[in-house]
Amino acid sequence: MEGRFNMGWTLIRGWAVLVYIFMFLPVAVVVLLSFNASQFGNFPMTGFSFRWFVELAGNEAILRAFRTSIILGLLTALISTTLGVLASLALVRYRVPGANAISTLLIAPILVPEVVLAVALLLFLNFLGVNKSFGLLLAGHVIFTLPFVILVVQARLVSIKRDVEEAAMSLGASPVQTFFQITLPLMMPAVLAGGLFAFTISFDDITGTLFWKPGGVETVPTQIFAMLRNSISPEINALGTVMIVMTVGLPLLGAAIARAMARKSGT
Amino acid sequence: MNTHPESAPVSSVTLNNIVKRFGTFTAVHKANLEIPEGAFVTLLGPSGCGKTTNLRMIAGLLDPSEGEILIGGKRVNDVPIHKRNLGIVFQNYALFPHKTVAENIAFGLKYRNVPKSDVARRVQEALDLVQLPDVGHRYPKELSGGQQQRIALARAIVIEPEVLLLDEPLSALDANLREDMRVELKRIQSKIGVTTVFVTHDQSEALAMSDKIVVMSAGRIEQVGTPEEVYNTPASEFVANFLGASNILAGACVTKDADAALLDVPLFGSVPVPADKAPAVTAGASAKLVLRAEKLVLMAPGSDTSGMVTAEAVVETVDYQGQTVRYFLRVGDRQLQAINMIDGRPFAEGQSVTAAFRPQDCAALASA
Repeated sequence: MEGRFNMGWTLIRGWAVLVYIFMFLPVAVVVLLSFNASQFGNFPMTGFSFRWFVELAGNEAILRAFRTSIILGLLTALISTTLGVLASLALVRYRVPGANAISTLLIAPILVPEVVLAVALLLFLNFLGVNKSFGLLLAGHVIFTLPFVILVVQARLVSIKRDVEEAAMSLGASPVQTFFQITLPLMMPAVLAGGLFAFTISFDDITGTLFWKPGGVETVPTQIFAMLRNSISPEINALGTVMIVMTVGLPLLGAAIARAMARKSGT
Repeated sequence: MNTHPESAPVSSVTLNNIVKRFGTFTAVHKANLEIPEGAFVTLLGPSGCGKTTNLRMIAGLLDPSEGEILIGGKRVNDVPIHKRNLGIVFQNYALFPHKTVAENIAFGLKYRNVPKSDVARRVQEALDLVQLPDVGHRYPKELSGGQQQRIALARAIVIEPEVLLLDEPLSALDANLREDMRVELKRIQSKIGVTTVFVTHDQSEALAMSDKIVVMSAGRIEQVGTPEEVYNTPASEFVANFLGASNILAGACVTKDADAALLDVPLFGSVPVPADKAPAVTAGASAKLVLRAEKLVLMAPGSDTSGMVTAEAVVETVDYQGQTVRYFLRVGDRQLQAINMIDGRPFAEGQSVTAAFRPQDCAALASA
């Protein structure tokens, strides 16, 4: 009895390991090959080198894409968190007519397949006679990241008791002062988390970006995509490694900061 | 605080015909109330009676649907909460978790142009007043519930509010701590002399602390009076039952003169109730006798009952409570309650006894 039980667990463990290998091996291969000295992005590795990272740093097109992605990501994060915080405040703290419908509409972009959203926005803009632009790309990213911000911030806001804000107002703080002194600091971990979500989602989005970006503008993912069409250069591996570090490292960093802040404020 | 009495004006609070509706539900019906300067007034009643609604309207957290609120003689209906200069203590403390204790207390001073040099001194004075002088650098979560409530009180009074509003401040504390805090709260309030409105559903808190008690039920003010008045001369059956247990006997007033109203009630017969405890009763009309459970004394049959009204009774249930015992008695066709101090051994269930009371311990109500 005991033996069979143990064997079952061993099998499950083995299976879990296989799943993880299946998921992460390709990523590991990319990271590993980015340090390959050889011209060709494949095994066997001929030596350890930072050569491709150096070349990456000298590639104008990639650097431009990087700048675009970072500016786009930062602006998306800024606008999404601002709108998300305001929307959450309205939905949680005030009685808004049709609050449920508004809430559903704001969350809907997560539920709609990204391609559909991308085409829809494009057709809508076409209908209005507006050309593709960086602004459109930014708008698309904001629509797409807003639900994540709202979900995170709303959850936090619900847990902040109304009487803390009432206490602040009774002590002489106006509603605006109460927001900046009490409410915002208390929801800061969620605001930062939402902003990080927005940044990373924007930073590695490709589907919507391909539809929305104006000609001549490339983000890092679309740049990689374009490069892949010609050849699999080892530079792409290096770029992939940088992307992985950014999209994995930033949320981890954010979570660590949020935890440290929460420990300090005791909530 | 006590070091600058000239800067701490003490204000009265007046409610004129206040009505508060939530949709079709009326939470407060035409409340009229005068809270004099420096008084400790308790709004007492069961949950949902409108006491917290009244407090929140005084605070400016709710707008009355009708009527006027005056603080210090000035109409404040249109003054937002942050301009009313009130101190509020909430049931769940409502301390700012991301600020230290000292920052919590100093919060209200920021909006009052208090010079920096004075802030630290006034924070320390407030901490001393609530007898927690050394916790300024700590965060609220590092303090116990009782300590947090003291800090909340310090934060509310350091701004020298015109009125102090306390919304069930003791109910989140456990029983022993509640008693200590009750004494402490009353000590601090009388020391600074601030007009205080206290909301509670706990009759013993209300009786122990208040200058005046406002008993509320279903959105209406049932009675306003000193603790002795509401306890000894309840104005309604609700008040008689909410403040301790009472037996209500429906009967009629036979005669009434300057000294006493003579009531005729079932089981006990004629009871001469002192006239000052039967203000609303008129001769020839029906009336109710209010007989407090602790005034109804059980005695062995044949005891000396001179000057008392008596009836023969059988003990049905004995509810032993340590110092006191609560009996449920069968008297004729009625069940009555008696709460007696234990003197020797309590009576046993099924025992025949004489139930007796002194007529001057009763009050009488006009029948509605």
